[in-house]
Amino acid sequence: MSPRFEPAIGRYLHLDLLGKPHRLYVEEAGSGIPLLCLHTAGSDGRQYRGLLNDVRITKNYRVIVFDMPWHGKSSPPVGWENEEYRLTSRDYVRMILEVSAALQLDKPVVMGCSIGGRIVLHLAHEHPDKFRAIVGLESSPKVDPYYDVSWLHRPDVHGGEVSAGIVSGLVAPTAPDEGRWETLWHYMQSGPGVFKGDLHFYMIDGDISGKLDEIDTRRCPLYLLTGEYDYSCTTEGTLEVARRTGAQAMIMKDLGHFPMSENPEKFIGYLLPVLKEIRAGRQASAA
Amino acid sequence: MLENLAARTNGDANLVRRGKHLNTSFLIAIDNADHIVRIEHGRIASVTPGPFITPNYAFALRASRDAWEKLWSAAPIPGYTDIFALVKKKLLRIEGDLHPFMSNLLYFKGLIAAAGQSRKEAA
Repeated sequence: MSPRFEPAIGRYLHLDLLGKPHRLYVEEAGSGIPLLCLHTAGSDGRQYRGLLNDVRITKNYRVIVFDMPWHGKSSPPVGWENEEYRLTSRDYVRMILEVSAALQLDKPVVMGCSIGGRIVLHLAHEHPDKFRAIVGLESSPKVDPYYDVSWLHRPDVHGGEVSAGIVSGLVAPTAPDEGRWETLWHYMQSGPGVFKGDLHFYMIDGDISGKLDEIDTRRCPLYLLTGEYDYSCTTEGTLEVARRTGAQAMIMKDLGHFPMSENPEKFIGYLLPVLKEIRAGRQASAA
Repeated sequence: MLENLAARTNGDANLVRRGKHLNTSFLIAIDNADHIVRIEHGRIASVTPGPFITPNYAFALRASRDAWEKLWSAAPIPGYTDIFALVKKKLLRIEGDLHPFMSNLLYFKGLIAAAGQSRKEAA
């Protein structure tokens, strides 16, 4: 194999976030409409490397992926050792808006998966005018706890191994081994208690089922893409969101809970028409 | 349904390596048919069918035959592809001392998948 660099660049962004100084790792590639991507709970932005490397996307979109604080190569805030990390809807919304403002993004498309697929529903509800379009991957209005999350953070169980074990079944059984195990590797590298802290939003604080009917998709187009093998954010949950909001929903064959990392090629095949439609909408509105 | 479980598990060097620190006994119930699986250093030492008078095991996985068959279906069925999918649907119950299970979760996922594999081979 000839040595080569990927086109993506990674940099550290210093900014005030949620009232504290933060150092976030941000990767981007391409030019055009900003596409801000949100990773899943307990993982990081590496999940989107398939998109960052696909010229069919980057020729028209500036793909931007940041690791949330505590995740990936982003640091937790100074003093983290004295608090328990717990993600809330309020902080998550604020974080996305503050990162978008710090990067001076002009009405980006925001796309998130799992917890990211949930928070984009909150964005659609609270801040539709700040985004050109919203794409929810594995979006559901709520997920009730179906296992004891305290197993994810205790000294006598390896947090990375148990987190990967928990999510392993969410990868589609039809996914290629490479994508499956890379997805799990990200989970194995998560910091102690971070996955559990994200699940506070996912399973408790982030329930948006009572507000779905208030989402106005005429103010901001909402697209939903969900893998058929996702039993956490179920296809039924996604279709409920679509029914109550008017969003366009697509159930993706042969994909699970991590479409962008478990099988990037398959997923991008579903994403490209959505991105084309968003782009066409922009051109129509500019005409 | 568990005839070839030991051979399949013990024949998978990666799976045995993943469980090399594990020594435990657990119970698999298919409808009312109990089986105790003894694991020693990641290898299955025995699969003993019940009934038992005084069964001794750390934890149990209990589900109906129908649920196990869906989990082990040769063509994967959305919503039935993992033991936690069955737990979420309340079709499978995990009970007892879960520490050996949760601290070796990827190993047990592999072992359960091996049970499905043996069913496919028998078909």
